[in-house]
Amino acid sequence: MVLQRSAHVEKRAQDNREVSKHDATAALLRELVAHLRENRTQLREEWVRRITESKLLTAMTRDEIFAEATSVYDKYVAVLESGSVESLQAYARDLSERIIPRGVETHEVVGIVLLLRDVLARSLFKKYQSDFGLLNRVLDAYEPAANRIANTVAVSFVQERERIIRQQQEAIRELSTPVLQVRERLLILPIIGIIDPQRARQVTEQLLRGIRANRAKVVVIDITGVPSVDSTVANHLVQTVDASRLMGATVIVTGLSSEIAQTLVTIGVDLSKMKTVGDLQGGIEEAERLLGYKVMMEQNSDEPR
Amino acid sequence: MRVPILKQGEYLIASIQSALTDQDLMQLRDDLADRAGRFRSRGIIVDVTALDVMDSFACRTLRSLAYILRLRGAQTAIVGIQPEVAFAMVQLGLALGEVETALDLEEGLVRLRQGKLRSASSEK
Repeated sequence: MVLQRSAHVEKRAQDNREVSKHDATAALLRELVAHLRENRTQLREEWVRRITESKLLTAMTRDEIFAEATSVYDKYVAVLESGSVESLQAYARDLSERIIPRGVETHEVVGIVLLLRDVLARSLFKKYQSDFGLLNRVLDAYEPAANRIANTVAVSFVQERERIIRQQQEAIRELSTPVLQVRERLLILPIIGIIDPQRARQVTEQLLRGIRANRAKVVVIDITGVPSVDSTVANHLVQTVDASRLMGATVIVTGLSSEIAQTLVTIGVDLSKMKTVGDLQGGIEEAERLLGYKVMMEQNSDEPR
Repeated sequence: MRVPILKQGEYLIASIQSALTDQDLMQLRDDLADRAGRFRSRGIIVDVTALDVMDSFACRTLRSLAYILRLRGAQTAIVGIQPEVAFAMVQLGLALGEVETALDLEEGLVRLRQGKLRSASSEK
């Protein structure tokens, strides 16, 4: 019974200690914030100097760096004060949006936040150099908060970057397979870039839909912009050609460079079922012939209009 | 379900309305072979617009149908293969061989007429 009570008392004492420790941390942080506010100008300048010295953010002018540094500094202090990183998160995302297009790298962003942490830590060392115990307690309060801030900024930056990459991938995917009608019942499909299985599938689907929508009879697929053709890509091409034929369209493949043609012959891909013409112009001319178009130059066209 | 076969001049048109069993497909083949001879048809069109699946048996039956009809002096065109069906067929490696294919019924008729003209001009 006595033992139980003493355990109870012990626990309450521990709780009390924790509460008082929490209070002490909060008090130290308050003191810290006051210190940072007081020395705002000097610390900010020191930070900017260190950034320029380490050759970070070279894509930005000194004034811009100073302006950004000021707002980052204020946010930093605000986070230390309130303990909530939300506004900083939003700001970091916004900042990333602005500086990513200017070619600012991840290491630079992480670098400047760490520099700020160092600058502030130095100033704390200087302020509390006489009292080692107090300095330790101040750092105990400061370090977790500072690390959390560095973490938040870096993660926001990377997230923003990934969001942009995803967005661009989406855009490339949408732009990558234009199916264009150049004449009644004649489509061209210029393919640019590397063909992977997913893209090949998408190209084929888009083409087949285009054939039905435009009632195409002849399709010219131009692969001038495809850097390399291996057996997989060649197989995809054969499949596309076969599928188009099932829908009643003739496919002409153009733009096989001499290197690609040699590779295909060397690896032994059978493209004998495919109609191929050297370049896009030749392909379109052949397609016009198949469709019965006759394109001729106007008489007396030597006078430019 | 029996596939209706329509006679249109010197062409026969078989319009498939719903998914067919293997039995129906063979019935269609026999019916077409029989009527092509009876009506002395020059061309046969099989419209598969309503089909959203073409399996290997269907492909083989249509291929043999075209071959049989060629032996009886008629050309065959398969029309109306849907994009998804065409894509699935090439992925599964199913082929229709030398059978004519066209976008739709109208195109198929044009194709057959052209084919006839071509063979007529090459005979000259």
